[in-house]
Amino acid sequence: MSNLDITYISQILTGYKSMKGALIPVLQEVQNHYTYIPEPAVDLIAEALNISPSEIYGVLTFYTQFYTQPEGKYTIKLCRGTACHVKGSKSILEAIERKLGIRVGETTKDDLFTLRIVACLGACAVAPVMMVNGDYYGELTLEKIEGIFDELQAKECKSAKT
Amino acid sequence: MEKLNFIEQFRTFRRNCLSQGDSVVPTIVVPAGTCGRASGANELIRVIEQELADKGLTEKIGLRVTGCHGFCEMEPYILIEPEQTFYPKVDPAEIPNIIEAVVRGDVLEDLLLKDSESGRIMQKQDDLPFFNKQVRTILSRNERIDPVSIESYISIGGYSAMVKVFENGDPKWVISEVKASGLRGRGGAGFLTGLKWKMLAEQPNGHGKFLVCNADEGDPGAYMDRSVLEGNPHSIIEGMIIGAYGTGVTEGILYVRNEYPLAIKHFNIALRQAREIGFLGEDILGTGFSFDISLVKGAGAFVCGEETALIRSIEGKMGEPRQRPPFPIQKGIYGKPTAINNVETWANIPVIIEGGAEAFAKIGTKNNHGTKIFSLVGKIKNTGLVEIPMGMTIKEIVYKIGGGPAGKSEIKAVQTGGPSGGCIPANKFDISIDYDSLTEVGSIMGSGGMIVMDKNTCMVDVAKYFMNFLKDESCGKCYTCRKGTQRMYEILDDISKGKGTSAHLRLLDELAHVVKDTTMCGLGQTASNPVLSTLRYFKDEYIEHIEKKRCPAGVCKELISYSINENCVGCRACVKACPEGAISGEKKQRHFIDTGKCIKCGACRNVCKFEAVDV
Ligand SMILES: Cc1cc2nc3c(=O)[nH]c(=O)nc-3n(C[C@H](O)[C@H](O)[C@H](O)COP(=O)(O)O)c2cc1C
Ligand code: FES
Repeated sequence: MSNLDITYISQILTGYKSMKGALIPVLQEVQNHYTYIPEPAVDLIAEALNISPSEIYGVLTFYTQFYTQPEGKYTIKLCRGTACHVKGSKSILEAIERKLGIRVGETTKDDLFTLRIVACLGACAVAPVMMVNGDYYGELTLEKIEGIFDELQAKECKSAKT
Repeated sequence: MEKLNFIEQFRTFRRNCLSQGDSVVPTIVVPAGTCGRASGANELIRVIEQELADKGLTEKIGLRVTGCHGFCEMEPYILIEPEQTFYPKVDPAEIPNIIEAVVRGDVLEDLLLKDSESGRIMQKQDDLPFFNKQVRTILSRNERIDPVSIESYISIGGYSAMVKVFENGDPKWVISEVKASGLRGRGGAGFLTGLKWKMLAEQPNGHGKFLVCNADEGDPGAYMDRSVLEGNPHSIIEGMIIGAYGTGVTEGILYVRNEYPLAIKHFNIALRQAREIGFLGEDILGTGFSFDISLVKGAGAFVCGEETALIRSIEGKMGEPRQRPPFPIQKGIYGKPTAINNVETWANIPVIIEGGAEAFAKIGTKNNHGTKIFSLVGKIKNTGLVEIPMGMTIKEIVYKIGGGPAGKSEIKAVQTGGPSGGCIPANKFDISIDYDSLTEVGSIMGSGGMIVMDKNTCMVDVAKYFMNFLKDESCGKCYTCRKGTQRMYEILDDISKGKGTSAHLRLLDELAHVVKDTTMCGLGQTASNPVLSTLRYFKDEYIEHIEKKRCPAGVCKELISYSINENCVGCRACVKACPEGAISGEKKQRHFIDTGKCIKCGACRNVCKFEAVDV
C-alpha cells in the first residue's frame, strides 16, 4: 500500500476547495477511484477542506457506503430489503457466504470477491436480487447462486492462465 | 440545443417537438428502468435495433426506450403503438417474428397474455386488469416519453405548466393552487404541500432559501421514486421550478440515494438539457426569475431521509437528526429557510398546475386527494408499481390489480410504510387507502411500499427483520432509540429461537411504548410500529413460538426441521442440491435427511418438484 499513488487525491481536491459541503462528494470521488478511502487521503482532505481528521473519520464511519479497505475485483451487493427478505434473501446470503467462505463486509483471500449487503436495489420486482459490479441478477435461487459464482470463478481462472 | 430567451420561443419550440413526434408510426416501446434491465430489457433493445437495421425498417418502425411503466412482473415486455399491443416476458428470439407482424399490421396471439380464469386473450394493455383498474396520472407519462430527451417531454405537454405559471406572473397564485388541490406530501407524513410552501414564502429572504427534492427512498422494498426519476426526470425539474417561483427560492437540491445509478444518470442529463435550453439558470425565459438545481448523492444511511438529518448530510456532515423547532422552514441548509418534498410530491405539481387544482381535488376522498403510487411486491402474483386514486381498498389493490397470491399459499397481511409502518391483516383489507385509515389500523401510508405476506411469512421474523434494520440505522443520538431498538431486536431474536418467555412479550410491549414516547426524530418515534402491529394482529404467532416452540410459517430456523415425506419418487435432485451432503437415498427410493448434518438452508425444498420436503 506504500506505493499508492496519491496524486489523484490532490487532483480531486483542487475542484472542491471553495465548495460548501464538499466532504461527502470528495470522499465519494476518492472511493470511486481507489475503491476505498486510503488512510493518506484523510489527512490530505483534512488539510484541503480545513476539517479535522476526526470529523472525517466520523463521517466515514457514519455512512455505510464508505470503506477503509480495498474492494475485491467483484463487489457483490446483495439486497436485504423487505421484498427480498420475504422472498428468502437470508438463505441466499448464507449460501453466498458458504460458497465464497467470507462474511458480509469481507473480501476473499484471492481478492476476487467482496460481499456487501444493501437496503434495497430498487428492483424489488425480481426479488431476491443482487448486483455484481453493475450487473443485476434477479429471482435468485440457491442453485442460481452456485452457477453464477462458478461461472465467474471459471472466467477468472481462465484469464489468469492466459 | 439553442437557448430559449422568451416564452414565445418556447411555443415555437414546442410546435416543432410536436410535429416530430408524429412522423414514425408504429412504434415499439420497451420499458427499461432498473427493474426492466435486471430482467433483460437491454438485450431486447439490442436485438430490436439490430433487426430493424438489418431489415431496413428504421424509417418505418419507431423504437422508444422508456423508464418503468409499472408491470415489472412481465418484464422484459414490449408495447406496440398505436394499438397498445402488450407482449409480456419477451424472448429475444421472438423479436424477428414480432417485427414482421408489426409490418403486416398483425398480432401474434400465441405470445399474448391470457386471462387465467376465462382463458380470453388480452391483446391491449388496457385489457389487463393490472392496468385498467389504476388511475395512472404520473406513471402513464413514463410510458409516453424517452426520459433522456427534453423534446420528448415537451411533446407530451411538458414544461407547459411552468410556462403557465410564468404567464400568470403571480407567485401567490402558485401557492393558492397547490393549497386548493389539497396535495399532501407523498414522503410519509402527509403534510399539506401548499401550507409548507406558504410558510416558506413568508420567511424573510435575506440570504436565500432552499428547495429540496427528497429522493433518498429509504423504505427497503419501495421503488416508486426511483421509477419516476429514471422515467421522467424533467417532471421533477419542472415541479421544482414551479415551486421555486411560488416561494421565491433560487437554489434547489436533489438528494438522491447512491444505489440508484440510472436515476442519477438520467437526472444529470435532464439537468444539463434544462440548463442548455434556459429553463434553469439566470433570467429563465426572460422572466427575470433565476433558479438552478444541484444533485447531492447520499452515502447509505436510512436516517438521512429524515429532514434535519438530510440537511446535515447535504452540508457534508454526519446525518444525525436534531431537535425541532427550529423547523427546516425557519432554519434549514446552512441556516437558511428550507422546504423539503418527496419525489412523487414534486411529480404531482405540474399535473396540478396544468389540469387545475379543482380537477386534482376531485380524485380521491375527503382530505386525501389525487393518486398515490405503491410498490406492490412480495408474495403477490402481479408485482409492480400501481398508481391508484386515494380511497381504493387494500383488497382491490391486492386481488384485482395484484391478481392475488403468487403461489398456492393464502395472503395473510400487507406491510405498508416500511420500517416506520405496520402489518395490516387480511381481515382489515376492506379499509380504504388514505393517510387516516392506515394510521387508524396501526400502520402508516409511508412513501408507498406495500409488501404482501402469505402463510409462509413468519410475523415474528418480519418484526425481527425490521428491528434489525432499525437498530443498525439508529444514529445513536437518543439513548432510548439506540438501546431500545437493540433490546427489542434481542428479545425478538430470542423468541424466534425458541428462547422466549411470556415475560418477554410484556417487556416487548413496554419497550415499544417507551421508545415511541421518548425519542426525538421520526425514526425512533415510529420504530415500534412493526412490533406493535404484529403484536396486535398476530399475537398467536408469538405465542406459538414461545409456548409450543414452533414457527407456524416454517421460517425460524431454530424451530423447524426438514424431512422427506412419502411423495418422494427418489429423483435425487435434492441429494445433488444439498450443500452439506445431508441427504442420502438410492434412485427411485425415498430419500432421507440426516438432521444432524442439515443446515436448514432449504435447497432441497427449492428443487423438489413433488412437494416431498416438509418443514
Ligand atoms: C427515518 C425517516 C426516514 C425518511 N425517509 C424518507 C425518504 O426516504 N423519502 C422521503 O421522501 N421522505 C422520507 N422521510 C420523510 C421526510 O422526513 C419528509 O417528511 C418528507 O421528505 C417531506 O416531503 P413531503 O411533504 O413531500 O412528503 C423520512 C422520515 C423519517 C423520520
Ligand atoms: S427489496 Fe430487494 S430490491 Fe427492493
